[in-house]
Amino acid sequence: MKKVVLILSFIAFLIIVAIGTLSQKDEEPTTMMKLREKFSKSEKLSVDHSQFSVLQKKFNSPQEVTKACETCHNKSAEQIMAGNHWNWEREEYVEGRGIIYLGKRNAINNFCIGTTGNEQSCAKCHIGYGMDSEGKVYTDKENIDCLICHDNSETYAKANEQGGAPVSTLDFAKIAQSVGKPKRSNCGVCHFYGGGGNNVKHGDLDMAMFEPTKELDVHMGTDGMNLVCVDCHQAEQHNISGKLYSLSSMNRNRACCENCHTAAPHDDDILNEHTLKVACQTCHIPIYAKANATKMYWDWSTAGKLKNGEPYTEEDSMGNHAYMSIKGTFKWEKNVKPDYVWFNGTASHYLRGDVIKDTSKTLVLNQLHGSYADDESKIYPVKIHIAKQPYDPVNKILIQPKLFAEEKGEGAFWKDFDWNTASEIGMKNAELPFSGKISFIETEMYWPVNHQVASKENVVQCNECHTRNDSRLAGLKDFYLPGRDSSSIVDTLGKWLLILTVLGIFAHAVLRIYSVRKLKKEVVK
Amino acid sequence: MSKKLVYIYRSFERFWHWMQAILIFFLAFTGFEIHGSYQFFGFREAVRYHNIAANMLIGLVVFAIFWHLSTGEYKQYIPTFENIKAQLNYYIFGIFKNAPHPTKKTVLSKLNPLQKIVYFGLKIMVIPLSLTSGLLYMFYRYPTKHGVEAINIETLEIIAIAHTIAAIFLIIFIVTHLYLITTGETITSNLRAMLMGYEEIEDSGKVNVTNENLSTQKLE
Repeated sequence: MKKVVLILSFIAFLIIVAIGTLSQKDEEPTTMMKLREKFSKSEKLSVDHSQFSVLQKKFNSPQEVTKACETCHNKSAEQIMAGNHWNWEREEYVEGRGIIYLGKRNAINNFCIGTTGNEQSCAKCHIGYGMDSEGKVYTDKENIDCLICHDNSETYAKANEQGGAPVSTLDFAKIAQSVGKPKRSNCGVCHFYGGGGNNVKHGDLDMAMFEPTKELDVHMGTDGMNLVCVDCHQAEQHNISGKLYSLSSMNRNRACCENCHTAAPHDDDILNEHTLKVACQTCHIPIYAKANATKMYWDWSTAGKLKNGEPYTEEDSMGNHAYMSIKGTFKWEKNVKPDYVWFNGTASHYLRGDVIKDTSKTLVLNQLHGSYADDESKIYPVKIHIAKQPYDPVNKILIQPKLFAEEKGEGAFWKDFDWNTASEIGMKNAELPFSGKISFIETEMYWPVNHQVASKENVVQCNECHTRNDSRLAGLKDFYLPGRDSSSIVDTLGKWLLILTVLGIFAHAVLRIYSVRKLKKEVVK
Repeated sequence: MSKKLVYIYRSFERFWHWMQAILIFFLAFTGFEIHGSYQFFGFREAVRYHNIAANMLIGLVVFAIFWHLSTGEYKQYIPTFENIKAQLNYYIFGIFKNAPHPTKKTVLSKLNPLQKIVYFGLKIMVIPLSLTSGLLYMFYRYPTKHGVEAINIETLEIIAIAHTIAAIFLIIFIVTHLYLITTGETITSNLRAMLMGYEEIEDSGKVNVTNENLSTQKLE
């Protein structure tokens, strides 16, 4: 009787537990469910710009459109002109350097090197019109290019090498009436082509992201949630969140996965624990440059070769430029496994005019800070772009050459192919000394891998890092990683101890068998 | 002297022994996969199984400690140096000459002096090392953030290596233990005793071992 009661009460307990655990799951909507709901709702617009009379006219210049915009949005110019899309620089505090102003205006990269002296061409990606190297554009609010970001007709386009002016044949009225929230195409037209071509710089942002599949990017896939850039890169007063550490030193105004997904989004505690030291991107972006190759290596030192006095280009097997007389030799890669670094959100940069301490080593242009011991650091995936670029071996500073000019004879490298004059003019524009000597130094630049997030079935698996050989994290040696690391002394001693034990047992057993036989024989005798 | 079938290992003791054997074997198998020695379940599954088995082992150990203390059986494991030389001599020489076991197994003293020392060592050194390092491994938080601030360990390295050392000792123990099972009265008598609980023991004639006499009061 006692037993029956015990068994029955145990079964009752099990049933209660089972009901409790099963029913819990249905009630609370998960973060993912909430997000899906939020982003499946289609937005109802509060304004239809096509009905405003101020936009129902023929515009003769893009500046006229801007004026029309500003009749209603009469304070927006102040927001724009305080922002980095306009100024091409930001105020940054860097430890050891103090407050600096850093951005496209003065940074040196290892792609097209820098904007100084080349503004006419570079300004194709400036949100203004009529930029010249004297910076006149920065005070004139009529020169704000509203349309590059807000055109929703997908017909607006900036002209090449016109200081940021649009193509002159556009129907400005139609474009002005279409304006709205930036689409993928508004952002992508600049951000997908940075460095002078599709996917040159980022690796995770390229023209395939205009209309990506879910397989390419789980968030932005048109066959999936169909998010656009500004869903994550939200803006407040035209200040758009999310910064690129190639040009920013401080950890602020980020667009993070955690903003939507929370800091502990997994069901599995062990995975959640990883988020203390591992960034989401590290596991959720196993490869980048999935649709189109990205540039991994750029050798400026071979630039300037001519065929019959004319510049030429060569292509690699994927159809990307392998050599260009104006730029040198390139290496491209597709479906690239990222490199991994510790990163706490801060970086230090090589600034124009900085003296290179050791010219025998690779110069890192944007050193990311972080280590295992640093509380704020996590492991992040990066693209590392390596280049050989010109520097002045006497003054030990990187050269900012004059690359672009409209005509031959102005000394620009892309027209005259002479490093000496291009460097001399470029350095003069940048107000930097130049010794007249040119050499080439290997430089490294780190690029964030944040996009082209994989679906959860395709994320990095545990054993891709937790493995003895070929671990994804093989380069990060400042901590003990289970499965990858072990103490070779303990392992070797342990192995020998085991071997000796087994040998000892074997010897003992053989002796026992032998002695038993001997004893038996003696007994028989 | 006559021989008698004696109930020597009680049911909890046998359950504990075999459960522990299975768990330790499984923990070693999954543990060395996590260690990177081979691949079988895959890292993620190995970690999951290892953690489940570890929790079961901790539960078992808690029960076993309670059992040992409440029955007084822990006294079996208090090491003695008496007869230790004779026991060593037996394994090194006597066993080859068919000499008798120097230590008589009784219900009140089931372990020979070598066993006492080794098991005692396991109980106060290896198992605690394995369990504490294992618990730290499990509940270890990366430096400070969100973690148990009191246990702010700079690196996992020391924990992991201590855990590996304990595991190696356990494996050496198990291998040796498996062999020494065969050195009883007959090759299988020790194994049979641990499975069924009964073993043929030489009847000394002094104590008439019956089930009533198995009471632990005798130990005191």
